[in-house]
Amino acid sequence: MDFIIAKYNYWIYIILMMIGLYGMIAKNNLAKKVVGMTLFQTSIILFFISTSVKSGGATVPIVMGDPHLHGHVIPGTVHAIQYLNPLPHVLMLTAIVVMVATFGIAVALLMRIYKRYGTLEGDEIVEIRKQETAS
Amino acid sequence: MSSNYPAFIIMVPFVSALLIFVIGWWNKKLSCGLVIAVLAAVFLLSIGIMKDVIANGTIRYWLGGWEPPWGIEYAVDYLNAFMLVIISFVSLVVTIYSKKSIEKEIPDKIVPFYSLYLLLITGLMGIVITGDLFNVFVFLEIAAISCYALIAVGRKGASYSSFKYIVMGTVGASFYLLGVGYIYLVTGSLNMLDVAELLPPLYDSKVVLTAGVFMLVGIGLKMAVYPLHAWAPGAYSDAPSAVSALIAPLMTKVAAYLMIRIFFTVFKPYFFVDVIPLASILTWIAAVSVIAGSIYAIAQSDLKKMLSYSVVAQIGYIALGIGLANKAGLTGAVLHILNEAFTKGCVFMVAGAIIYKTGSCNIVGFKDLYRKMPFTMSAFLIGAFSMVGIPPTCGFFSKLYLIIGSIDAKQWIFVAVLLTSSILNVIYFFRVIKIAAFEDVIPDYSRTTPYITYRLDEVPLSMLIPILVMAAGILVCGIFSPEIINTVIQHIIPASF
Repeated sequence: MDFIIAKYNYWIYIILMMIGLYGMIAKNNLAKKVVGMTLFQTSIILFFISTSVKSGGATVPIVMGDPHLHGHVIPGTVHAIQYLNPLPHVLMLTAIVVMVATFGIAVALLMRIYKRYGTLEGDEIVEIRKQETAS
Repeated sequence: MSSNYPAFIIMVPFVSALLIFVIGWWNKKLSCGLVIAVLAAVFLLSIGIMKDVIANGTIRYWLGGWEPPWGIEYAVDYLNAFMLVIISFVSLVVTIYSKKSIEKEIPDKIVPFYSLYLLLITGLMGIVITGDLFNVFVFLEIAAISCYALIAVGRKGASYSSFKYIVMGTVGASFYLLGVGYIYLVTGSLNMLDVAELLPPLYDSKVVLTAGVFMLVGIGLKMAVYPLHAWAPGAYSDAPSAVSALIAPLMTKVAAYLMIRIFFTVFKPYFFVDVIPLASILTWIAAVSVIAGSIYAIAQSDLKKMLSYSVVAQIGYIALGIGLANKAGLTGAVLHILNEAFTKGCVFMVAGAIIYKTGSCNIVGFKDLYRKMPFTMSAFLIGAFSMVGIPPTCGFFSKLYLIIGSIDAKQWIFVAVLLTSSILNVIYFFRVIKIAAFEDVIPDYSRTTPYITYRLDEVPLSMLIPILVMAAGILVCGIFSPEIINTVIQHIIPASF
């Protein structure tokens, strides 16, 4: 039980990821596949962000300098333990942009597919495509 | 100036991709010319980088002056420079070819097409040149996203093929990203060379093992090795001809480059051979990929689809060479990347030329093509020879090295697989040649003229010359393959082999 509770953030990421994977594999509707894909990517963002968290009151890495020193920081007074690791957040900012772009293209393609086949059900589209190649 | 080449080679196509809209708004016709000029410049830059690497060894360029591991580093060694030259050359040749082909296939979308086209090339270049694990992911997605859009403007049903590619490509990139995340967790660094130094003491850690597996699966999806190949045939065959001629030679090979980089630079070779036996798993997957891809290719009646399955089979060769993890095997794999770039570029351009002239590429309708388009089809013949592995084409030498590598590893079954696949290649390529060259119309005995006369009906010169350049490239790479191996490829092999 401890094993699950102590690392609950990783368990949530794994569960979300598996739901996304299930959506992409098992769902027949293409729109649902896109939802699964987005969930999958979101779970990775959650994973990265949760790795940057530290216990013991660490906060965002905004360093408040000494007002008597015009905001300068006395060297050696700021330690890594006092702030969260900012790098995963920055990486995920890029990953979110990538995710949005992928999602945009996917939705645009869904519109084209719907215009062409009149449906978004995967098996119906495959059936129509088969008939097209046969004729 | 020359010390900044690694930055220029990315920024020049990237900025031009945006500039094209301005130029295209002013005059649509100029956009293709601009792309050709840009890619010619990029090709010269890549030659400059190659010369610099041969003269001075690995270039380590710090972007913005931030030193690694904090900043992003562009590390260019022999393998990177080699891939840069291949990418810039193939894309330059395909662009010259694309002008007429695109004007016919998608006349109303030329300007956005070329913008995406340059972004795709920027992405491919970026994957190859960067020395930062996360930066690879970003460029991977730049290339992939522009590629999805480019595929979707192709022939009927392309949007569905592109959709399949989106779903699978995204899963691949996400798995890669997860692997990077795991590596970052344990090392705290994203710089490839830095990570390579930090990782070996951690090889027992389960996190590192998981990272290795995630990266292998992610890159495997992008590479389209057999069980993960489902997106490739549709995407390659439904894309516009110029796009297929660009992505079939380059997309999966860049992923193969990434696999070599991850296997042999980021992780030490013994990690994948001894710590977890991923290398031997990869060789078996590759062997299945070679055979299955060839058998699927035989079953196709559409030339582009057949060639797309052939891509799956050929990527199996490269994966096999990587998985063997010995000197001859890796030499064969890298040489095969070069060979594939020329061969697949050549045959996909021929398929595009046939579509340009006849409107379809169903193999049954190829009758008398040799009489109508002798130059194009001769180029196809050279491509087919290279695919089968007939000397002096480049395909012979890369297969030879792969077979030597299999023998060195005492894996006789892979020798059998490689030789069998040559026979399967003969079946599906020579079937096309047979119909196009020898299938005759039923003799018309009531004719009054002695022979049926055929008029030469070739594609325009701006399409024909790139095809012939590629075909000549296959022969040149074959004849000069010892020189290529001595000057470049032997430096790529890790010292521990």
